[in-house]
Amino acid sequence: MTEVLFALFIFMLAAFLGFELISKVPPTLHTPLMSGSNAISGITLIGSLIAAGSEENPLAIILATLAVALAMINVVGGFLVTDRMLKMFRRK
Amino acid sequence: MRESLIQVAYLVASALFIIAIKLLNSPRTARLGNGLGALGMVLGAVATLFHQAIGRYEWIVLGVAAGGALGTWMALRVQMTAMPQMVALLNGFGGGASALVGLGEALQKLPHGDPPPAWLLTVGLSILIGTATLSGSLIAAGKLHEVLTGRPIVLPGHHYQTAFWLIVNVGLMLWAIIAPTPLPLWLLTASSLLLGVWMVLPVGGADMPVIVAFLNSLSGLAAAATGFVLQNYLLIIAGTLVGASGFILTTIMSKAMNRSLWSVLFEAVGGQVSAASAEGRTVRQTSAEDLALMLSYAQSVVIVPGYGMAVSQAQHAVKKLLDALQKKGVDVRFAIHPVAGRMPGHMNVLLAEADVPYDLMWEMERINPDFPQVDVALVIGANDVVNPAAKTDRSSPLYGMPILEVEKARTVVVLKRSMNPGFAGVENELFYKPNTYMLFGDAKKSLEAITQALTES
Repeated sequence: MTEVLFALFIFMLAAFLGFELISKVPPTLHTPLMSGSNAISGITLIGSLIAAGSEENPLAIILATLAVALAMINVVGGFLVTDRMLKMFRRK
Repeated sequence: MRESLIQVAYLVASALFIIAIKLLNSPRTARLGNGLGALGMVLGAVATLFHQAIGRYEWIVLGVAAGGALGTWMALRVQMTAMPQMVALLNGFGGGASALVGLGEALQKLPHGDPPPAWLLTVGLSILIGTATLSGSLIAAGKLHEVLTGRPIVLPGHHYQTAFWLIVNVGLMLWAIIAPTPLPLWLLTASSLLLGVWMVLPVGGADMPVIVAFLNSLSGLAAAATGFVLQNYLLIIAGTLVGASGFILTTIMSKAMNRSLWSVLFEAVGGQVSAASAEGRTVRQTSAEDLALMLSYAQSVVIVPGYGMAVSQAQHAVKKLLDALQKKGVDVRFAIHPVAGRMPGHMNVLLAEADVPYDLMWEMERINPDFPQVDVALVIGANDVVNPAAKTDRSSPLYGMPILEVEKARTVVVLKRSMNPGFAGVENELFYKPNTYMLFGDAKKSLEAITQALTES
């Protein structure tokens, strides 16, 4: 129980930090912000890596490998496409 | 020792993610920010590979290779106009991965001992949010890619069914907590898939910016929930940051449409055309040549792009017109409504792709006071975001939505395919104003004709 509570403290701090950070992003960057932050949420990759490397039962292995693949699409696709967009933004 | 080093790597990765999002605040630093985010991800992933629990690597290699190749292919191949569906898909995959990790962890732990109820609750949330994000995003991407109809799909008793699936999901979660076995978790996965489909089906094309932002938020929360399951603070921090970011974007988009998230999800707009019909009224048409002449004598021109510009891939033609006008000494700016297009910032990306400098793109609040001094407001494929009924007509479904006040410009020219109403299905008074001219046809062809006439004169 205490572990969940401690994690809740971290959750709360991250939520306030997120609100502070994002409210300053200009509307011009809203699309790259979404794709870039979305790539960051692909961090679930690390959970899937452990699962794919440690599971024993075949069904669990299939699920974990699928999770690795999905998370990788999210991460690689997200960062690459964001970079492609941001490369195009320039001033006069 | 090894475990501590991995945790230190996670700590550094968390910091990199926070700095990354902070740097996304300005177009000048955003690219660096994105790079630091990617660095954080590589650091986190590589450190994880040294985890003691990992006994073999063949499945990891398979998943990483397949996902990495597919992600690269998608990112390099996607057109800028298709960015909304791309982001929707990525949101969905992230959510799906989180749900699978949560489910897998639970299936592995359940046979060994009695897990605490709080932990089981986080498992349930991870599955519920992640899976609903996956199926909801797939439906949203299908609508955006026009594989599915963009019109709201509302089945009889829709509200009751959405409520029904929500209750079923909560019930299954309680079941999983009281009697921790795999069965309720599998059932929860299935019913969460249905909930996601049900949630997005009734959302119409014009509401897509809100729903894409909302799904973005959910994909972050799914990662955070999985972080609770795994007791992994890096997941909690990164997921929560994204959840907060998506939530703020959702709020901005809803405000820009004067709709609440609730009404976007539960009260579909569109399909019904308003009673005030166009019967007996005529619009004034203009030609590309006349418009070119008008523009060349203007001092100040404001271009208002909308979804129609994206549909006809006209952003490069817009840039050529911009160059021709600037050569003639005309001051040209772009007015961008927060919900123009199908996702937040969609128009800005398209214009940036065509090499339009971002300091020419003005936000709604900043440019609205200037319209009375604008000679020509050129509306390209935008409709609802310039409809004055939003300010004046209490009976209009758009009433209360902030708009770009182009009707205050000396002359308004609307480039439009036909007189069909916009996505909200609402008649637009702007087209019948005495200072408004219409130029019908494909936006790209019209723009090319105007530019040609300009350079020849």
